[in-house]
Amino acid sequence: MSQQGYVAAPPYSQSQPGIGGFGSPNSSLHYGHYGDPNSSYSAPQPGVSKSTVPFGSSAPVGPPPPGAHQFSQPSFQNGPGTPGQQPHRFQGPPPPGNTGASYPPYSPQSQPAFPNAAPASSTAQLADQLNSMQINNYGPGPTPSPGHPASFQSPRLPPPPTQQQMVLPPGPQVPPPPPTSVNGLCTQPSLPPVARQGGIPGPVPPNPNLQQLPGQPPGPGYHPQQANYGPQMAGSQLSYPGAFPGGPAQLSGPQQKKLDPNSIPSPIQVIESDKAARGGQVYATNTRGQVPPLVTTDCIIQDQGHASPRYIRCTTYCFPLTSDMAKQTRIPLAAVIQPFANVPPNETPLYLVNHGETGPIRCNRCKAYMCPFMQFIEGGRRYQCGFCNCINDVPSFFFQHLDHMGRRIDHYERPELSLGSYEYVATLDYCRDKKPPNPPAYIFMIDVSYRNIKSGLVKLICDELKTLLDKLPREEQEESSAIRVGFVTYNKVLHFFNVKSSLAQPQMMVVTDVSEVFVPLLDGFLVDFEESRSVITNLLDQIPELFADTNESETIFAPVIQAGMEALKAAERAGKLFIFHSSLPTAEAPGKLKNRDDKKLLNTDKEKTLFQPQGNCYEALARDCVANGCCVNLFLFPNQYVDVASVGLVTMYTGGTLYKYNNFQLDGDSPQFLSDLRRDMEKKMGFDATMRVRTSTGFRATEFLGAIYMNNTTDVEMAAVDCDKAVTVEFKHDDKLNEDTGALIQCALLYTTVSGQRRIRIHNIGLNCSAQLADVYRTCETDALINFFAKSAFKAILSQPLKTVRDILVNQTAHMLACYKKNCASPATVSQLILPDTMKVLPVYMNCLLKSCVLVGRAEIPTDERAFHRQLVMAMGVADTQLFFYPRLLPIHSLDVKSDAVPAAVRCSEERLSEGGAFLLANGLSMFLWLGASVSPELIQGLFNVPSFAHISTDATSLPDLDNPFSKKLKHILEQLQSQKPHTMKLIIVKQREQPEMLFRQFLVEDKSIYGGASYVDFLICIHKEISQLLS
Amino acid sequence: MATYLEFIQQNEERDGVRFSWNVWPSSRLEATRMVVPLACLLTPLKERLDLPPVQYEPVLCSRPTCKAVLNPLCQVDYRAKLWACNFCFQRNQFPPAYAGISEVNQPAELMPQFSTIEYIVQRGPQTPLIFLYVVDTCLEEEDLQALKESLQMSLSLLPASALVGLITFGRMVQVHELSCEGISKSYVFRGTKDLTAKQIQDMLGLSRPAVSMQQGRPLQTPEQPPISSRFLQPVHKIDMNLTDLLGELQRDPWPVTQGRRPLRSTGGALSIAVGLLEGTFPNTGARIMLFTGGPPTQGPGMVVGDELKTPIRSWHDIEKDNARFMKKATKHYETLANRTAANGHCIDIYACALDQTGLLEMKCCANLTGGHMVMGDSFNTSLFKQTFQRVFNKGYNGEFRMAFGANLDVKTSRELKIAGAIGPCISLNAKGPCVSENELGIGGTSQWKICSLDPSTTLAIYFEVVNQHNAPIPQGSRGAVQFVTQYQHSSTEKRIRVTTIARNWADAQTQLQHIEAAFDQEAAAVLMARLGVYRAESEEGPDVLRWLDRQLIRLCQKFGQYNKDDPNSFRLSESFSLYPQFMFHLRRSPFLQVFNNSPDESSYYRHHFARQDLTQSLIMIQPILYAYSFHGPPEPVLLDSSSILPDRILLMDTFFQIVIYLGETIAQWQKAGYQDMPEYENFKHLLQAPLDDGQEILQTRFPMPRYIHTEHGGSQARFLLSKVNPSQTHNNLYAWGQESGAPILTDDVSLQVFMDHLKKLAVSSAS
Repeated sequence: MSQQGYVAAPPYSQSQPGIGGFGSPNSSLHYGHYGDPNSSYSAPQPGVSKSTVPFGSSAPVGPPPPGAHQFSQPSFQNGPGTPGQQPHRFQGPPPPGNTGASYPPYSPQSQPAFPNAAPASSTAQLADQLNSMQINNYGPGPTPSPGHPASFQSPRLPPPPTQQQMVLPPGPQVPPPPPTSVNGLCTQPSLPPVARQGGIPGPVPPNPNLQQLPGQPPGPGYHPQQANYGPQMAGSQLSYPGAFPGGPAQLSGPQQKKLDPNSIPSPIQVIESDKAARGGQVYATNTRGQVPPLVTTDCIIQDQGHASPRYIRCTTYCFPLTSDMAKQTRIPLAAVIQPFANVPPNETPLYLVNHGETGPIRCNRCKAYMCPFMQFIEGGRRYQCGFCNCINDVPSFFFQHLDHMGRRIDHYERPELSLGSYEYVATLDYCRDKKPPNPPAYIFMIDVSYRNIKSGLVKLICDELKTLLDKLPREEQEESSAIRVGFVTYNKVLHFFNVKSSLAQPQMMVVTDVSEVFVPLLDGFLVDFEESRSVITNLLDQIPELFADTNESETIFAPVIQAGMEALKAAERAGKLFIFHSSLPTAEAPGKLKNRDDKKLLNTDKEKTLFQPQGNCYEALARDCVANGCCVNLFLFPNQYVDVASVGLVTMYTGGTLYKYNNFQLDGDSPQFLSDLRRDMEKKMGFDATMRVRTSTGFRATEFLGAIYMNNTTDVEMAAVDCDKAVTVEFKHDDKLNEDTGALIQCALLYTTVSGQRRIRIHNIGLNCSAQLADVYRTCETDALINFFAKSAFKAILSQPLKTVRDILVNQTAHMLACYKKNCASPATVSQLILPDTMKVLPVYMNCLLKSCVLVGRAEIPTDERAFHRQLVMAMGVADTQLFFYPRLLPIHSLDVKSDAVPAAVRCSEERLSEGGAFLLANGLSMFLWLGASVSPELIQGLFNVPSFAHISTDATSLPDLDNPFSKKLKHILEQLQSQKPHTMKLIIVKQREQPEMLFRQFLVEDKSIYGGASYVDFLICIHKEISQLLS
Repeated sequence: MATYLEFIQQNEERDGVRFSWNVWPSSRLEATRMVVPLACLLTPLKERLDLPPVQYEPVLCSRPTCKAVLNPLCQVDYRAKLWACNFCFQRNQFPPAYAGISEVNQPAELMPQFSTIEYIVQRGPQTPLIFLYVVDTCLEEEDLQALKESLQMSLSLLPASALVGLITFGRMVQVHELSCEGISKSYVFRGTKDLTAKQIQDMLGLSRPAVSMQQGRPLQTPEQPPISSRFLQPVHKIDMNLTDLLGELQRDPWPVTQGRRPLRSTGGALSIAVGLLEGTFPNTGARIMLFTGGPPTQGPGMVVGDELKTPIRSWHDIEKDNARFMKKATKHYETLANRTAANGHCIDIYACALDQTGLLEMKCCANLTGGHMVMGDSFNTSLFKQTFQRVFNKGYNGEFRMAFGANLDVKTSRELKIAGAIGPCISLNAKGPCVSENELGIGGTSQWKICSLDPSTTLAIYFEVVNQHNAPIPQGSRGAVQFVTQYQHSSTEKRIRVTTIARNWADAQTQLQHIEAAFDQEAAAVLMARLGVYRAESEEGPDVLRWLDRQLIRLCQKFGQYNKDDPNSFRLSESFSLYPQFMFHLRRSPFLQVFNNSPDESSYYRHHFARQDLTQSLIMIQPILYAYSFHGPPEPVLLDSSSILPDRILLMDTFFQIVIYLGETIAQWQKAGYQDMPEYENFKHLLQAPLDDGQEILQTRFPMPRYIHTEHGGSQARFLLSKVNPSQTHNNLYAWGQESGAPILTDDVSLQVFMDHLKKLAVSSAS
C-alpha cells in the first residue's frame, strides 16, 4: 500500500509494504500480558447493565455470575468480592430514545457470546459468519484453565495474560464512503452488528485463547451494500474519519445492524482495572523493561535504578531487536520525557550529587553521565560505559572497592549508582560564558490598550500581582525567592518601569522605537520584590490609573517579547515573561499581523498555512529567546481572531505556556485566569535548559517533539521547562540491539534553578529488547503511544494536508494491529479484530485524536482554537494527553458522600447519560456540569441552593459553597480533578436540551461528533476493515 | 590724535560699533591697498542705560530691495512730509502717524543722538522662553550631585513663565514628561540610533494624531492642551516636580566594564532635543543646554570609541588624518546646529571633564547658534557653578541678559558692499545689491541670524569699498551703514534695534594722513585676528601665520616711515604703534597655536574669541599684566619676562585665566608668615590687593576664568611664563645680566627679535 510519510522522515511510519510473516506458531502464547489482567474484565459490566436497562432487557442471558470474572490478579484480589461493585459502577445509562430501537436486534446475537460457557460454539459461528465482529478476551481467569496450560509461556507471572480480540467483518463488506465524503469510509450505519463478548473468560473456556462471540449474521439489507463496497476496497487507501454525510440515509434503513457499544473495549474499564490492580501500591523501578501502571492509576513510585514513569514513559518497554522488526510492527519507539514532573510528597525528591570541581564524571567517549548503567571492572579502577562500551578510568576521588558481586561497596550510598533519577551540581564549564548564572527573573508585560483597561483586566492583574509576588518560587531551604521581577506595560509603545527600592515613586520609561526595540534601563528594572515592595505596590496601584483614559486600541506584540528578551539578556539572566495580551497586533511594528483567518482554506492543501506563523519574524524571535533563556508565557484574552499560530509560536518554542480566555468577562472568567496565573507563577521550573538524550548502541533518538527548540539534531533547547512540559522523543534503530544489555536511555537536562544554580538532572531508564514481536506488543503503553501520535500528527499538519495526516494515523493504527494479528494471534482468528491487550483502547483513543478539532477542519471551529489546542498538545505529558483526548465523565448524581474517592468514570457517550442524572466532564481544559432534564430537585437544591432545574443559572462558572455533604464532596472532586492540571478548567453548567449542550456533546468522544468525527464503533469497524485489507 | 580716540570711544559707547578705519578710502583700489579691510566690530545689543526703547514700529523705506529704516541721516522734507532714504535715495511718504512732525517736533529716530534706537513692536503671539536641559548621567556620583544641585538652583533663576524641559542621556536618551503625578514618566530612545525629526516627533507623540481615530470610539478630546505640554512646562507649575525629578536622577545604570568609557549618546540626545523643539516651538527663543561630562562614545556624533586604550583624538592625530570619528561627528553636529539655527534655537554646551569631551566636533552647535560654551574640570567646581549661574544674570534693568532669534540686517550706501561677518551667526542668504562677491567670513548675504545673543556678543562685519577709482565721491559726502537687529527680548517682546552710522570718505592719494590718523589699531587687530582665527578653522596653522605676517609687513610697508633697506629708520605713527605687538601676541596665542592645547581647548578658545567684544578680545590677544609691589601703587606692566621680579606680585588676566604670581621674595616672605605679624600688616595688604582685583574680574566675566594662585617656581607659574614675551631666555640670559626678570626656557622668538625682523622685511626693497 502506498504509505505517505510525514515531512522528511515519517515519524511514526516505519514504512513497510506489507505485514511481515507470521510469528512462531505458538506466538499466541505470548499474548499473556501480565500487566493488565483486569482488562479482560471489561465485558461483564456491560452485560450486567444490559440486563438492567430497558433496551438490554431483550437479552436472554443474564449477567454472568460474579464469581465467573477473572477480575483479578490472583495474588491480590481474586475472588467474588470485587466484582460485586461492578454493576453499580457501570450503571447503564438509559438508552436514548432514538437509538434504543436499533439495539434489540443485536442483542440476541451478542448475548450468546457473553457466557463463556459456549466458546466452542462461538468459534464455530465465527467460522460461519464472517460478518460478525467479536471481541475475545484471553484472560483465562484467576485460575489458568487446565485446558490450555501451554498458553502461558511465563507461568510464573502472577497475572494471567489476557488478550482481547474483536472480530470485525472483513473489509470488503464495510460500506464505502459516499463519494461526497472526504472522510470516508467508516459510515457506521451500514455496519454489521458486532457481537460482544462481555463476560470475559470466564472460568474455564475450553479455548481460552479464543473466546469468540458469534457474530451476527448479515442482515438482509446488507448484501447490496457489500456489493457496492467491493470496488471501494480495491482502493489501497482508507480514508478515515470525519463526517458521515451519508449516515442518516443509511441509518434509516431498518435492516441495518449496529455494533453494540458495550461490547467493544472500554477505556474506562481498562483504567479502572489497572487502578484496582495497582492503585495505591508501591511500584519499584527495579527491573529493566517493566511496564509501569497507567497514568490514570495512583501509586507510589520508588526509584530503584530506573527513572520513575512520571519522568519517562515509553511507548513500549521492550524494543524490537532489529530495525526490520521495528518496521514490521510499526509501533513507534518513543519515550515521553517530563523532566520536571511533579512528584507527590510521599515520593522521594531527587538527590543532588556533587562531584566537585571537576564536574560530574562522564564517559570519555559518549559523554554519558555516571549512572547505574556503568559497569565497574578491574576491582573498581575502571568502568565500562553502558551506552558506548568505552572503558574509562575511575577518577581517584571516586574510587571505591567492589564487593563479591562486582558491585561497588558504596552502591547504595551514591544516588548516581543506584537511582534512575538524580541531579548533579554543574560546574562553571556548564554555565553560559563560564560565569555562574544569576537567579532568573520574571517580567510581567501587560497590554494596556483600550479594551483591557475597559474590561478591568489590567486592574485585575495588577491587584493580583500585589499578593502573588509573595509566592514566587524558591528553593525549599531559602527564606525568600531569589527571582527578580520587572514590569512592562504596552499598547502601541512600550512602557518600562523603574522600581528601584531607593525611589520614592516608580519611574516610567516609554520606548516608542518599536521597530528596533531595546531595554531602556537595567538597574531598577529587575528588582527583588521584597526590597522594592513599596515601590512595586505603588506602581501596581497606579498602572490602571495611568492608562484609565487611554484610547489606544492598537497593539504591538513581537517588540514586547523582544523587549523582555533584551532585558533578560542585558541582565544576564534567564527568565520568564508573563505577557497579558488581547488583540491582533496590528500596529506598525515588527511582527505586525493581519487577519488571515480564511475559512476557504479549510480542507485544502493550504490549510496548513493556518498553523504556520505569519512571516518569519516570530521564528527568529523564538530563536533569540531560546538563545537567551527567555521563556514566554502568554495569556491571551481575545474576542476575535488573534492568530494564535503566530503569536503563540514563541511561547511554544521557548517552553512557555499559552493560556487563552475567549471573550474574557471579569465576573465569570477571573477565577479561572487568576488560578492559572497563580499556578504558573508558583511552578517549579528550570531555566535556560538544554536536554540531551543518550542511548546505548544500536539505536538513537531521531525526533523530538514538544515545546522545545532544536538548533541541531541532538540538543534539545528549552528556554525554560516546567513540571507540565513533556518532550516526546522517538528512537530509531541504527543497528541490532542486544537482548542482554537491553536498550538504555539517559536523559540529561542542564538547567538553572529558580535560585540561580546550575544543575544537571539525569533520568536513566533501561528497556528490554526482544526478538519476539509478542514481547513488544505485550509491553506497549497506549497512553504514551497516543501522546506520540498526537504530537507527531500535530507537527505534521504544518507541512502536510490534514487529510494525509489523518490517513497516516489510521493506516499506522491498522498496521500495528495487523502486524499483531498476523504474527501474534492465532491464525484461526483470521476474520476477527484482534487487539493486543495493551492496545485494547488504542482505536478509541486514536479515534478521539482523529476527531480532535485540530485535525478536523470545520468552519464552525475557530482557527485560533485549533492552533491553541495544537500548541497545548505539543507540550503535554502522557497524563494530560490521555485526559485531553478521552475526557473524564463522572456521574455525580449517585455520589457516595461518605467515600473519599472520586467516583468511577463512565464512557464518554451520550448513552451513558441519563435524564435523571448529573454528570461532570473534564478534559484538562474545560469542565462541564451536565444536568439531566429530570434531575432530582434535592440534588439541585444541594448543589445550587435553588429549588428547581429551571432556576439554575447557566451563567455561573462556579458552584456556590454550601454546607451540605453533597456539595462539599463535589467541590472536593472538582479540586481533585483540577489538581496537577496545567490549565484551570472553567466550569460550564449545561442543562440537558438547552443550546450549550452542543458544546458539551463534542466531548462525548465515543459518539459521532457534530463536526464529523466517527463514532467509536464506526471507527473500530473501519480499522478492522483496514486490517483485513492489509492482511489479505 | 586724542580727538580720534575720543570719537572712537564715543561711537563705541553710543552705537556699539568700532571700525578699523574711521575715514574711508574712497576707491576700491585704494581700499585694498590699506591692507586692513574696512570692517567693524558690532555689538548689536550693547547695553545702553540711556536708551529707552520706543513703542512703535520703525518707518521703512518703501523700496522693496532697500527697506532701510528712517534715521537721523535721512533728508526730511517736513512740509511735504517726505523723507529721502540715505541708502537708495528713494523718496518716501511719512506714514499718517507722522502727520504732526516738523523741524521742532521730530520723532526720536531723526535725532542725531538716536543714531541707535530701539523699537518695541507687537508681532505675533508672545511665547515664553524655553530652556531644555540635556543632562549627561554618565558622571561620577559627586559630579552628578553637583550638577543636579546647580540645575535645581537654576530653576529659581528662570523667568517664572519660562518653559522647561529635561532630557537625560547616557547609554539611552530619556525625554522626561513633566506633568505626571505619582509616577515619573519618560520617553526613552536608543542612543545609537540617528532619528529624523519626524521620527522623533512621532515617537514622542508630538505629531498631530491622524484624523481617523479608532473606529467606534467616542472622540473625547475637544479641548486638548498643547501637545508639547508633556515635555515643556512652565517653571512655576512644575518646579517642585522637576526639583524632585532632578533629585532622583540616577547615574546611568548601565554597567561600565573595566577599561571602557561609559556609553554616552550625546549626539543622539542633542538630536532629540533639537527635534523636540523643532516640532513644537519653531522660531521662538529656546535654549538647549547640554551638560556633558565626557566625550560622546556611541551613536551619531560619537567622537571616540568606548575603549579606554584608544585615547581621544589629539591635534597630532588630526594632522595625521588619524581621527576616525571626527569628520562624521562634525558633520552630525553641523547638521544639528544648522537645523537648530534655522529654528531660531540655540545650544549651550557645558562640558566638564578632565579629558576632552568632543568640543571640537560639537563646537558648531554653540558657534552657529550663539550658544555658550563652557569648559571646566568638573561640575563640582565654582568655575562651573558660577558660570552657569551667570547665564541667568540680570542686567541693570532687571532683565535677563539674553536675547533670542536675532536677525541682523546690514544696509550700506552704494559705495560699499558687504563681504561677510564673523561671529556666532549663520547666513540667511539674503542676496542683494549690497552683497559683495568677495567673501570674508560668512559672506554672500546681507542678513545673518544670531539665535542667541547677550549685550556683549560682538560680530565682525567686513565691507568692501566698491567705488571705482575713476568715479570720485563728492567732497564731504559720507558713507553710511545701517544695522537693523530684530530680536526677541528676554521679556519675550519683539524688538528692533537700528544703528545707523556714517563715516567720511577720503581720497587715499591725497588725504592718506587723514585715513591713517583715523585708523583704529585695536579694532583692526581684533578684526584681523578674527579673520585669522576664522581661517585657522579650515586652513593649516602655518599658512594662517604666514598670511598674518604678510599682512603685517604690507601694512608696515604702507604706513611705516622708513628709508629703503634701513631697518633702523623704520617708524610707525602712533595710531599704528601697538599693532605689530598685538600681532606678535596673536601669533603666540592659543587661537592660532595648537601646540600644548588639545583640539577641544582650541575650539573653546576660538569660540570665545569669535564673540567677545573688543576689550575682551584684546585681553585674549594680549593678556594684561599688573604688578603690585611696595614701590608704588599697582601698575600695568609690560607683558614681558622682564616684569617678573622677585619683589613683585603679578596679576595676569588672559580672559580665560586669572593668574596671581608671587615673586620669589614675596613667596619667601609669605612662607615665613610675615603677613600674620601685626608689624607687617602692609605686607598683608599687599598680598590681598591682587586677590581683590582678581575677584573683581572673576565676578563680572562670563565664562568665569580659571583662577590660579601661584608663586615663583610653582608648577602653575607656567600659565604666566607661557604668555609673557620671552625677552630673557636661556639663550640670552647672560647677555642681559641677572639683575632683573626671569628667564623663560623657550625657543620662541621674543618681541624684540620679531620687531627686528619686521623692520627688516618692511624696509626691504626686495619685497
